[in-house]
Amino acid sequence: MKLSWIKIAWRNLASKPLSTALSMALLAFGVGMVSLMMLAEHQLRDAFDRNIKDIDMVLGAKGSPLQLILANVYHVDAPTGNIRLADAEKVMRHPYVAEAIPLAYGDNFQRYRIVGTEPSYVEHYGAELAEGRLWETPFEVVVGARVAREAGLKLGDTFFSSHGLLDETDVHTDKTFTVVGVLEESRSVLDQLLLCNVQTVWGVHEHEGEEVDPEVTAVLLKKRNPLAVLTLPNLISDTNMQIALPAIEVNRLTQNFGLGLGTLRTIALLIMALSFASIFISVYDSLLARRYELALMRTMGSSARGLYGSLLLEGGLLSLGGVVLGAVVSRVGIALLATLVEDKFRYDLNALAILPSEWLLAAAAIAVGLLAAAIPGLRALRLDISRTLSDA
Amino acid sequence: MIATENLTFQYAPETPMLRFPDVVCAAGDRLLLLGDSGCGKTTLLHLMSGLLRPATGTVTVAGTVLGGLTGRELDRFRGAEVGIVFQRAHFVQSLTVLQNLALPGFLSGKGTEGGEERARAMLERLGIGEKADKRPRDLSIGEQQRAGIARALIHSPSVLLADEPTSALDDRSTERVIALLESEADRVGAALVVVTHDTRLKDRYANRVTLNPVMEQA
Repeated sequence: MKLSWIKIAWRNLASKPLSTALSMALLAFGVGMVSLMMLAEHQLRDAFDRNIKDIDMVLGAKGSPLQLILANVYHVDAPTGNIRLADAEKVMRHPYVAEAIPLAYGDNFQRYRIVGTEPSYVEHYGAELAEGRLWETPFEVVVGARVAREAGLKLGDTFFSSHGLLDETDVHTDKTFTVVGVLEESRSVLDQLLLCNVQTVWGVHEHEGEEVDPEVTAVLLKKRNPLAVLTLPNLISDTNMQIALPAIEVNRLTQNFGLGLGTLRTIALLIMALSFASIFISVYDSLLARRYELALMRTMGSSARGLYGSLLLEGGLLSLGGVVLGAVVSRVGIALLATLVEDKFRYDLNALAILPSEWLLAAAAIAVGLLAAAIPGLRALRLDISRTLSDA
Repeated sequence: MIATENLTFQYAPETPMLRFPDVVCAAGDRLLLLGDSGCGKTTLLHLMSGLLRPATGTVTVAGTVLGGLTGRELDRFRGAEVGIVFQRAHFVQSLTVLQNLALPGFLSGKGTEGGEERARAMLERLGIGEKADKRPRDLSIGEQQRAGIARALIHSPSVLLADEPTSALDDRSTERVIALLESEADRVGAALVVVTHDTRLKDRYANRVTLNPVMEQA
C-alpha cells in the first residue's frame, strides 16, 4: 500500500480515462506528425546524399536538368535522351575531369534497369561483390543485391531483357544475358540495377548490316579543377548535350518538397496547440472538481507546493504518454511510407533510429504538458483550505 | 492535549471580530463544543487545527504552539498530530479506501506504523473490512463516515477533531458513531473534541463549552 506522488497522479489520470485518452491522442498525433516529417526529410536527404557521392556533374542530352539527374543519378525518372559517344568523349577526356563514368540505358529485366557502364561505376559507390566476378564480355551482367533478391537471380542464371525501362512485354529473345556476379548490399542505387558493359546495350539493338553510331545516355563526371563547372558547359554549347549539377538540382527539389512539409508541419503544430488546450482544460476541470480533495490533502499534511507538484506530475505523465505514443505513430507512419516509396521508386526508407531533433521535439512536447498544467495549477497554490472545507 | 487561550479571529478587515472562550482537552480526555449554527464553531475548529491563523491568542497542540510554526511546518504538524472527522466524509476519489488510509502517513511524512495490516485491522474493527479495496464512492454514507473516522486516526494523532459528526445520522447511527469515535480515540490516546449543535450529544461529556456569538466591532 505504498503511496507516492506518481501513483496518486497516475490514479487521478486513470480515473477519468476518456479525457486522459483525448489529451494523449491529440498530443500523440501532433508529436507523431512532426517527427514523421523530420524522419521523412532526414531519410530522403540521406538517400539523396548517399547517391550523389562525389558526382559533381552529369553530362547528358538536353532537357530538364532535374530529370537528367533523377534519371541518371537516382534512376527514378526517364532519361532525357541519348548523346553520341564521340561528342561526349570531348568532355570525358578534358583535363579538368578527374573521372568519367558512362551510362547507357536500354532495357529492363522485370522492370529493373539494365545499365551499360564501366567497372569504375561499381568502385565509385564502394560496392563489393558478394559472389562471382565483374562483367568482361558483352551480355555478362552483375546484378545488384536487391535485384538478385527480388527477381530471384543468382550466379549462372540466364535471362532475356525487355525493351525500354519499364515495359515488360517486348522481350528481346535473340540475346541471352548471363549473370556472372552478384553485388553485396551497398545502400546505393547499385542495389537496384543490373550492370553490364556499354557494348551490351549497343548489341541488343544492333541489327544485321546496320552501322550504329555509338551512343550513351549520360556520363557521370567528377571534376579535377573547380573551373570545370564554368568551362565544360561552353565546350558543349553547340551540341544536343547539357551538363547538370546534382547538388543544385537536389537542393531545388528538396526546397520545393520542403514547402509541402512546411504546411504539414504547421498543421502538426496546430494539433499540438490543441492538445495544449485539451490538457489545460482537463487539468483545470479536475482541479475544480477536486478542490475539496486538495483541501483535504492539505489537512492531512500536504504542503501547497506538494499539491502543485502533483498537478504538474499529472500534466507531465500525460504528455510523456503522448510523446511515447507519438513516437510509435511516426514509426508506423514511416514504415507505411517506406513500403509505398519502395514500391514506386524502389528506394528504402528505413532505420528507425531516433534523431537528435526528435529528442528536442519530445522535450518541447513535455514542456507543453507541464505548462498546460502549471497555469491552472496556480489555483492549487492559492487554495483557501478553510473556506473550501466550509463550502462543501 | 489541546488548549486555546484568548483566541480572536477576523475574516476580513471591517468585519466583526470573533472572540472565543478558552478551551482545554487533555490526552485521552473528551471535550464538547456546543452552539447553534453560525456562532463560529467551524471557525474555532479550523483555528484549533491550524487551518486558520488567529488574530490574537494561541493554540497549543501536544506542547507545540501552532503560531510559532512556519506554513510548511504547520502543514506537516497538522498532518501528523491532528485528525479531523468532517460532517460528511470526503475522500480522494481516485484512490481506494485503503489507499486513502495511507494518505495521512504519506502526506505528513510521518509514515503509518504497521501500514496495510494496521489499516485493514482498523477497517475490520469498524465493520467495513471488506470495503478496503473499493472506491470511496461505492460505500454507503454510513460506511463513508466510518472510513472517515479510520482515516482521521490511522496515524495516531494527538488530537481528534470531529465537526458535526452525527448531524446527518439517525439516533441509532449517532450512538454507534459517537461510540466508535470514543473507543478509537482512546485506543491511540488522543484528545477528542466534538463540535456539534446536535442536542442528543449535549450532556454526553462533563467537559463542555457553549459558544455564543460573541462579537465586537473591530
